[in-house]
Amino acid sequence: MVINPDNYGLRLFVRYLVLCLIALIFIFPLVFMINSSFKPDSQLLADTSSLRAFLPVGDISLDNYFGAFQRAPVGLFVFNSVLVTGMTVVLSLLICSLAAFSFTFLRWKGRDVMLSIVIATLIIPFEIIAIPLLLLVSKLPWIGLNGLELGWLNTYRVQIIPWIADGLTIFLFVQYFKGLPGELIEASRVEGASWWQVYYRVVMPLSGPVLATAAILKFLVMYNQYLWPLIVVQQENHRPVMVGLGYFFQLNVAWGEVMAYLTLITVPVLIFYLFLQRAFIASIASTGVKG
Amino acid sequence: MAEVSFKGVKKSYGRVDVVKGVDIHINDGEFVVFIGPSGCGKSTLLRMIAGLEDITEGTLEIGGRVVNELQPKERGVAMVFQSYAIFPHMTVRENMAFGLTIAGASKPEKEQKVAEAARILQMEHLLDRRPSQLSGGQRQRVAIGRAITRKPAVFLFDEPLSNLDAALRMDMRMEIGRLRRQLGATMIYVTHDQVEAMTLADRIVVLKDGEVMQIGAPMELYHEPANRFVAGFLGAPSMNFLIVDILDLDGEAATVGNQSLEPIRVATRSRPFRKGGKAILGIRPQYLREAPSGKGMLHGTVALAERLGSETVVDLMLRDDRELIAAFDEDKIFEPGDALELIFDTALAHLFPEDG
Repeated sequence: MVINPDNYGLRLFVRYLVLCLIALIFIFPLVFMINSSFKPDSQLLADTSSLRAFLPVGDISLDNYFGAFQRAPVGLFVFNSVLVTGMTVVLSLLICSLAAFSFTFLRWKGRDVMLSIVIATLIIPFEIIAIPLLLLVSKLPWIGLNGLELGWLNTYRVQIIPWIADGLTIFLFVQYFKGLPGELIEASRVEGASWWQVYYRVVMPLSGPVLATAAILKFLVMYNQYLWPLIVVQQENHRPVMVGLGYFFQLNVAWGEVMAYLTLITVPVLIFYLFLQRAFIASIASTGVKG
Repeated sequence: MAEVSFKGVKKSYGRVDVVKGVDIHINDGEFVVFIGPSGCGKSTLLRMIAGLEDITEGTLEIGGRVVNELQPKERGVAMVFQSYAIFPHMTVRENMAFGLTIAGASKPEKEQKVAEAARILQMEHLLDRRPSQLSGGQRQRVAIGRAITRKPAVFLFDEPLSNLDAALRMDMRMEIGRLRRQLGATMIYVTHDQVEAMTLADRIVVLKDGEVMQIGAPMELYHEPANRFVAGFLGAPSMNFLIVDILDLDGEAATVGNQSLEPIRVATRSRPFRKGGKAILGIRPQYLREAPSGKGMLHGTVALAERLGSETVVDLMLRDDRELIAAFDEDKIFEPGDALELIFDTALAHLFPEDG
């Protein structure tokens, strides 16, 4: 079939067709997961060879969900993950944007070298520093409610603090800040703003898009944490969702319960994404200004 | 008191000197325009006053106080930028009150000062809009309004009208002139537009390659340029420069001429010349008049004639194949190839040494 390049309607149709196909590829596993979470294992396994796997048909019930809650403290795991992820995202946006602000707008000796080093850390895989980091945090002191303690293992802070600052987030902010009109910063300086005031009154309100991007990326990294919490948290009360998945693969695997658990732990991700998507669009709308 | 004084001020970026020892004194309440071609250092000087550029050498005083090491906010200046630099996430009202908010002013004080500035700039109806809902001219008025509300000792304008179209530029120029009379503050204005410089300034500072070429009132610079650069930079069309031979030299005047120019006597204005040497004769196109045949001082043929209605600008090819522009303040008809003889008042001509 020859497509007439002038035929706008047809081109639009083809475009949407391709988009829908791509969307389907991404949505199939999700649909399979949700449908399977309502099916008993026997039916779930039988359905995998047909399209029924993607349809809520057959023996539908909430049994898997009850089973999942009996097998593992799902609520606690979700709470732990949301707490660790939320705290890290908020602190990361604050610390990394401040660092990037300094790298972009302030003049200090060694600034460019320091920025190069920060960006260079992007190429180091976490697996390489995991063990040295583990040795470090296992001996780090902490002053808490119980006075001075040694070692951070089995805490929330060990899952949060090492992840707050990272090269990628700082780099994202630096790139965005460099794109802001320099005269806006200079104007606020001449108007009497301190650097701190420039940061929170001018730069941050104009940084909606990069805040949303950095938040989404950080959220996904943190919510999907597996290796680090696996080695630093040995007790159940601080364990996050991904490590919690291990509870479902001991002895007899109940696939329906696995699917129910996965469905439950996906909910916070969807809520976060939908929330940020709105913020993202709003921020773009308010910054579309050019002199 | 808001005098501004540059004393031996230099600015270098590494080995490149962009400002090479500048001495300028600006009086309280004066409107001074810095003018010059791109890269002459005019914006750098302005940014030094604002505190946005460090000073490599020399001292800068505002109101008798050395401000070299002071932060922008400690200098009592306000600046209007070429790109307006108004905050897109704030309303006009918030933009105008920004400096006051930073200074911790009370809400009634902010309201009153913003209202006053809005009244002066006739933009009361725009206060709740966002910058994206304003035209270029309105945005520039917001930027000016933001400067006014703080009542600074010195206003700095960095090519504020460059981004506006011609008609709006004229309106805003007149508005800045009016504002200046109303506020009476010291104003320093950077531009490369000589019309803005000539119409707004009490004094003009002409800069070239980081050095001051001349400082003076607009008409002083126009009629008595200190050198060939100033002479050529101010005035449109720009001054004609002819290479002439110095035929005779006596005291205050020289007799000069060349192949196209009959010998004339021109005042040397104490500039050094050598008999038998070359010099540059400057004549403004507006001072040239048509002469009856055989009575002209300059001889050439018309290459191109532009009729502008109130004025006719003629591009003339002289006998020695050099170009000359003549501007007649009436509508005249010339055809390319017409022979033309011109005369001028030699008292209005300028003689410059060959090296400038």
